[in-house]
Amino acid sequence: MFSRDNWNEIIEALSSNWFRTTLTAFGVLWGIFILVILLAAGKGLENGVKQGFGGIATNSMFMWTQTASRPYKGLPKGRRYSFKISDVAAIKEAVPDLRFVSPRNQLGGFGGTNNVVRGLNTGAYNVYGDYPEIIQQEPMDITSGRFVNYSDINEKRKVAVIGDGVRREMYDQGEEVLGSYIKINGVNFMVIGTYKKKGNNGNMEEAQKQIYVPFTAFSQAFNRGEDVGWMAITANDGSSITELKGSIMDVIKSRHSIHPEDDRAVGHFDLYEEFSKINGLFVALKGVAYFVGVLVLLSGIIGISNIMLIVVKERTNEIGIRRALGAGPWKIRGQVLTESVFLTIISGMAGIVLATLIIAGINYMMQGMDTSEMMFANPSVDLQVVMTALAILVISGLLAGLIPAQNAIRVKPVDALRTE
Amino acid sequence: MIEIKDLHKSYKTGGSSLHVLKGINFSVAEGELVSIMGSSGSGKSTLLNILGMLDEADEGTYTLDGVPIKNLNETVAARYRNKFLGFIFQSFNLISYKSALDNVALPLYYQGVKRKERMESAMNYLEKVGLKDWSSHLPNELSGGQKQRVAIARALASDPKVLLADEPTGALDSKTSYEVMDLIQEINEEGRTILIVTHEHDIAQMTKRIVNLKDGVIIDDTLVDQVKAQQYV
Repeated sequence: MFSRDNWNEIIEALSSNWFRTTLTAFGVLWGIFILVILLAAGKGLENGVKQGFGGIATNSMFMWTQTASRPYKGLPKGRRYSFKISDVAAIKEAVPDLRFVSPRNQLGGFGGTNNVVRGLNTGAYNVYGDYPEIIQQEPMDITSGRFVNYSDINEKRKVAVIGDGVRREMYDQGEEVLGSYIKINGVNFMVIGTYKKKGNNGNMEEAQKQIYVPFTAFSQAFNRGEDVGWMAITANDGSSITELKGSIMDVIKSRHSIHPEDDRAVGHFDLYEEFSKINGLFVALKGVAYFVGVLVLLSGIIGISNIMLIVVKERTNEIGIRRALGAGPWKIRGQVLTESVFLTIISGMAGIVLATLIIAGINYMMQGMDTSEMMFANPSVDLQVVMTALAILVISGLLAGLIPAQNAIRVKPVDALRTE
Repeated sequence: MIEIKDLHKSYKTGGSSLHVLKGINFSVAEGELVSIMGSSGSGKSTLLNILGMLDEADEGTYTLDGVPIKNLNETVAARYRNKFLGFIFQSFNLISYKSALDNVALPLYYQGVKRKERMESAMNYLEKVGLKDWSSHLPNELSGGQKQRVAIARALASDPKVLLADEPTGALDSKTSYEVMDLIQEINEEGRTILIVTHEHDIAQMTKRIVNLKDGVIIDDTLVDQVKAQQYV
């Protein structure tokens, strides 16, 4: 089918009218160009928005205590309670699909008073008592030293990892940070590391002004006993936290004598649910891109179909000659179809190349810029999109050639020969 | 070689029907050179088209080299045309964007002959019609006589049983007509069966047998003393 002779025939037929062939090809070029550009722009927007999550484990939820809103087992409503450290092990046991369950206690908060002192400097910061896993749920770059580890937890070491913002306010430029001490609510902690967080969710300034200390040391130093203020829970990759959160709540409710239907007693924020909504938005965006792109492509295809009809019409006599010389109907059909597919693919490839060049150009221009504020980063198309586009091209090329091919053999050879 | 019995053909144009062939009985033996004559509208071209499997008869039988030609689908018809028949047309019908050589090679291409073999064989036929030096020329760079010789080479290329020529000299002046007829006679001498449709008496006299058609029936079928075209060239 794809012998040299076939190619010769195709090239001869298409090059007999360059201007017309080019104009026709432009329709498909434009269609596939729009499709690829739209998909790339969608991807760029998606990358930009997801960059805002700063690599946070999105299959996560956060959970805190509120007051019981229903009386249960003789206990009144409006009762306060607190998570206990033993809840962590109980949750892990009851719900095996969880990857991390990180308890946290916290000092300070929005608009809090000064709680950290170093020499003459004071500041108001969020201070977290955390387990080492938190760094995988809330990623941060350790810029010097190290993060909290399990030795710190086990030995209740009073050590702290401070944010870049804290370092800037509490230390002079170039001053050695590691090994120095800061005083948190009157208790001295040794600084063992500094971090910087990624992401662009609006409160980056705030996110750099946090202090992480080992959970156990925090509880001991600030008299929290067995209490846990807050938990960050991440599910395994295979399962969704949104499906698991019910059973997690049930564990908490049964351990703290809360009415099983009292959903207001446990406050939570399901990051995965939010993330899914945004994901859904991008799926819709992709759908729109395909819809628009394919429709534009369709008009290009109709152009090709049209021109093939004219070509077939023009070559009626030639087709008659070929059939008199022994070309079977499939030979003729095949010729028209390959011509149409060939033209479609060539112009489509040109469109893909053009779109890719433009995307590369945009990427090149964006290289130097800080994209964290732009909600747009790294527009790209993957190989899969290109393959899909190619498949669409081949199919549409075939469709475009179908009617003209049928037209080519519908005329009886004797009538075709009579046409001039 | 060719055997037709009681052949009928009518064309429907709008509401009326035009009965073109009204029962033709006719046979051609191998190696004959037959001319079919008749005024315009006598049905001679229709007969040739049916013989060439370009058109189908309404009634009657047609046997070509022992093969009954009936109810062919287009694929089989195309194969038979390629295998059994070579066509020569009044208006040459060469493909304009193909060189003389490529034109001659076309029937072989449809036979699935390999490119190299095909080109060699096509060159041989071009040489036979005396146009070896013109093989790379496009049809519009050739004279009428040369074009018709390329068309004859093409008709011969697939080594057909029968050559069918529809007014082969209709578009040529008399000198080139005789040259072409000389070539046709030469090919006939080699034993090939040839049918020529013409309305020119001098051309018909150069064949071995004249079949006269009038209003869709054969009115006359006589053997003639062949006039050699050679003497006019």
